[in-house]
Amino acid sequence: MSSAAPAVKTPPRETRTGEAETLISVRGLSNSFGDQVVHEGLDLEVKRGEILGVVGGSGSGKSVMLRSIIGLQVPDAGEVEVFGETMLDREEGDLQRVRRRWGVLFQGAALFSTLTVAENVEVPLREFYPRLGAKLRDEIAAYKIVMSGLPAEAAPKYPAELSGGMRKRAGIARALALDPELLFLDEPTAGLDPIGAAAFDQLILELRDRLGLTVLLITHDLDTLYAICDRVAVIADKKIIAVGSIEELLELDHEWIQEYFRGPRGRAAEEAAEEAASEEAPHEETAAPQPAAKVEESKGKV
Amino acid sequence: MSSVARYNLTDDGGKKVLRLSGDLTLPWLGVLPTRLDRLKEGNLTLDMSDVGNLDTIGAWLVYRTARDTKGEIVGATKEHRSLIDKVAQYDEPVQVRPEAPPPMARVLGQIGHAVSQAGATMFGLLGFFGALLIATWKVIRSPRRFRVNAVVQRFEIVGVHALGIIGLMSFLVGIVIAQQGAVQLRQFGAEVFTINLVGRSAIKELGVLMTAIMVAGRSGSAFAAQIGSMKLAEEVDAMRTIGVSPMEALVLPRVTAVVLMMPLLGFYAALCAILGGALFCMVSLEIPLITFIQRTREVVPMTDVWQCLIKAPVFGLIIGMAGCYQGLQVESNAEEVGQRTTTAVVQAIFLVIVLDAFFAIFFTAGIGWA
Repeated sequence: MSSAAPAVKTPPRETRTGEAETLISVRGLSNSFGDQVVHEGLDLEVKRGEILGVVGGSGSGKSVMLRSIIGLQVPDAGEVEVFGETMLDREEGDLQRVRRRWGVLFQGAALFSTLTVAENVEVPLREFYPRLGAKLRDEIAAYKIVMSGLPAEAAPKYPAELSGGMRKRAGIARALALDPELLFLDEPTAGLDPIGAAAFDQLILELRDRLGLTVLLITHDLDTLYAICDRVAVIADKKIIAVGSIEELLELDHEWIQEYFRGPRGRAAEEAAEEAASEEAPHEETAAPQPAAKVEESKGKV
Repeated sequence: MSSVARYNLTDDGGKKVLRLSGDLTLPWLGVLPTRLDRLKEGNLTLDMSDVGNLDTIGAWLVYRTARDTKGEIVGATKEHRSLIDKVAQYDEPVQVRPEAPPPMARVLGQIGHAVSQAGATMFGLLGFFGALLIATWKVIRSPRRFRVNAVVQRFEIVGVHALGIIGLMSFLVGIVIAQQGAVQLRQFGAEVFTINLVGRSAIKELGVLMTAIMVAGRSGSAFAAQIGSMKLAEEVDAMRTIGVSPMEALVLPRVTAVVLMMPLLGFYAALCAILGGALFCMVSLEIPLITFIQRTREVVPMTDVWQCLIKAPVFGLIIGMAGCYQGLQVESNAEEVGQRTTTAVVQAIFLVIVLDAFFAIFFTAGIGWA
């Protein structure tokens, strides 16, 4: 898979040089369900062309944050802007313009159970570009399915006939159907075998480099964090307590962050990443320049 | 700046050149794909030097046009080239649609499927009845395993919550029967027999039949949908692995509740229908309420009440079994839950009405209850 990676990568897009454009901006986000406060004054910025990982303990509100950004959860307070357009209190038509520029992979893949895998991938194409023609639509669905690592036989099958990991890949194929500028991934590698997960990491990296994709991904997969994330945001105490590269996060003196990255699994993933880096040294050099990392000290309790 | 994708076909001294320009990205493709499809020429040279932005869909289009016309791609920038190569790497023959059999075979297949399905359902229900009996026997042998709380909760949902709607429905049906009967009987000057009509039909047939239909719609469907969604979420499998029998935990409480509630609801419905009829007679035929009740007691034999009370639990058993059985048959997806729920209700109502006809013949000709 990685052997196909080109020797020379696309030069950084104009937007990535200098001060990168902000694609997602969340300010003062507050969410609560009844008495249970999930977020309180949460801030987050995602720059164009970066891959930002979001980590946090179970139940820390990662998915709720994602749902707030894509407009599925109306927050109690705060502002959410995607592509510079506010997502709250908007007309359906305006939101539709934004929606055709992003792709979302849900945790459980959320495939439409009454449609085949190929039809699932075609749904966004059909919805946003009805004039595309059935032939091209089928072809696009076919290569997106192959691209996301599914066997060709999976295309005419229904989601119920697929395994969990295959469903996830079909979900990725659907999220990528429109060649989105922005990709939201909720635990993309959970349920994938290690080979599939590594191939997925590679796919995301390649797409970023070729198409200038911006990715916001929620993950618990430390290997994915080390392999593809430019920056990692840590969510705890109802807000984002730190954003930065893993090295920067490791220098912070926060108990949870230390435990997360310094635990036995964190160490193993770090070693694996170092090994991979030393083997493919030239590869590493061409990696995208890391956006200026913003690290704020934890203001809450330590 | 973005611009619409176009092409220009020129004949350059025997060498056909297809010059592409503009942005080959999804929003800017327009009618280009369909027009490229119509190209008949072979051995094209695809000149990409004027192409602006390119996404994977544009790259696929270029790659495919080159592939189908056996052409070559020239003038592509390095990034465009690599994107096209990348897309080409994923070109595999993929069958996008499931195989569709010819129409005749499909119709025949559907008929055959329906017949075998009907047979399988009958056998399935019979087997399910057996499993239910075994589960009941086990619970009788060790009564501590009987889930009292679950059953009482079902009593409330199946019985108490249905009182309002069943009462109202029966009351209105009682009025309609009395009104229609009075119109016909007036021709013979026999309006007073409206009381016989309302009293006997309500207790013997209408009360329990209307209740069965309402309970099938309210509770039978709910059983199928609840158990169906639990099957989808693998809750039923989880139960089995923990050692909890779904038959005992899910099916038995529901069936018990509906079997016990049906006679009560059926009798209650009959009373409501009689009340409706009485009210109509009082207002319209000027028969006092007390006379109506007295007369009802005289003309309705006790055997009618027995019929009501014997039929009701059997109908309840059918409704409960059809609901739970269909729920447990759910396997693959959410759509199936809806389908199974519908089947459960239709099956229950159909079986109840068929059985009601058998009961009518059995009670009249078999036992001799008039």
